[in-house]
Amino acid sequence: MLSPEELHLIAHLHGGFPLVDRPFAEVARQLGCSEDMLLERLRSLLARGDLTRFGPLFQIERAGGRFVLAAMAVPEARFDEVAAQVNGRPEVAHNYRRSHRLNMWFVVAADSAEAAQAVLDGIAADTGIEVLAFPKEKEFFVELKLPIVADYGRKPHEAR
Amino acid sequence: MKPADIDRALIRATQSGLPLVPRPYEAVGAVLGLSGEEVRERLARMLDSGLIRRIGAVPNHYRLGFTANGMSVWDVDDAQVDALGVRVGALPCVSHCYRRPRHLPDWPYNLFAMLHGRNRDEVEAQAREIAALLGEACRSHDILYSTAILKKTGVRLAGD
Repeated sequence: MLSPEELHLIAHLHGGFPLVDRPFAEVARQLGCSEDMLLERLRSLLARGDLTRFGPLFQIERAGGRFVLAAMAVPEARFDEVAAQVNGRPEVAHNYRRSHRLNMWFVVAADSAEAAQAVLDGIAADTGIEVLAFPKEKEFFVELKLPIVADYGRKPHEAR
Repeated sequence: MKPADIDRALIRATQSGLPLVPRPYEAVGAVLGLSGEEVRERLARMLDSGLIRRIGAVPNHYRLGFTANGMSVWDVDDAQVDALGVRVGALPCVSHCYRRPRHLPDWPYNLFAMLHGRNRDEVEAQAREIAALLGEACRSHDILYSTAILKKTGVRLAGD
């Protein structure tokens, strides 16, 4: 369970990590701890899986890459087999089972729209199941918002 | 290296995270043959251009207690979806919000909003908030809960 101090640290480090020679020292000063202690806390949050990553969050499309969300209606009897076929492709970044007739939802990341489509076509050919593509047409917001984290920090007894 | 190649090399070197050392930019630069200062300048430019959304901590939703994850999907009038999408994306409970294509007749939904709660009741309350905001512009909606993570590697720019 995350302590209130750890939640505060995660909220504080959400963005704006300084682009200076010793950024951890500067953040440590803001937080009133030592550079060593801050680095140690971050290592432990990452090691425990409380943070998935610490660093730049890229919008890969701006570097020419493409993400495409796609979905399939996979028969229950074939679910594990098809999941293995889909997950076996390195371009598949996430894959979730969801509660719907379209029960498998995954994201393909590729260097271009054409390359992404080729992966989707390949999955359809491998599995014999129609792959519906849901490329994003417009983005309205991306990212968990911090007020939720801050609010959560005030209710540590509700953690888990 | 051309500037675009430097950016791609920097993305590959940092997309899994910054090294947790006192001088992280210098450490990244040492691998790529750049000075720490050059790394900071490129990162600052990528932040300005939007190629980097932010630099900081990426929390694991599940470890923050958000174990109910619902993909809410909405069939919204085409003439109003962009204006309403901005308002839905601004709600504190919504982490990702996109307009995506319909696949008629089975899939009438064109607005996707990811919701995160400590349980399904919370997610459903959030969906009611969205339904109230959309009003008569929305013809129908559904919530697809993730019931298993089949793969999660994070979205990566592939190596050369």
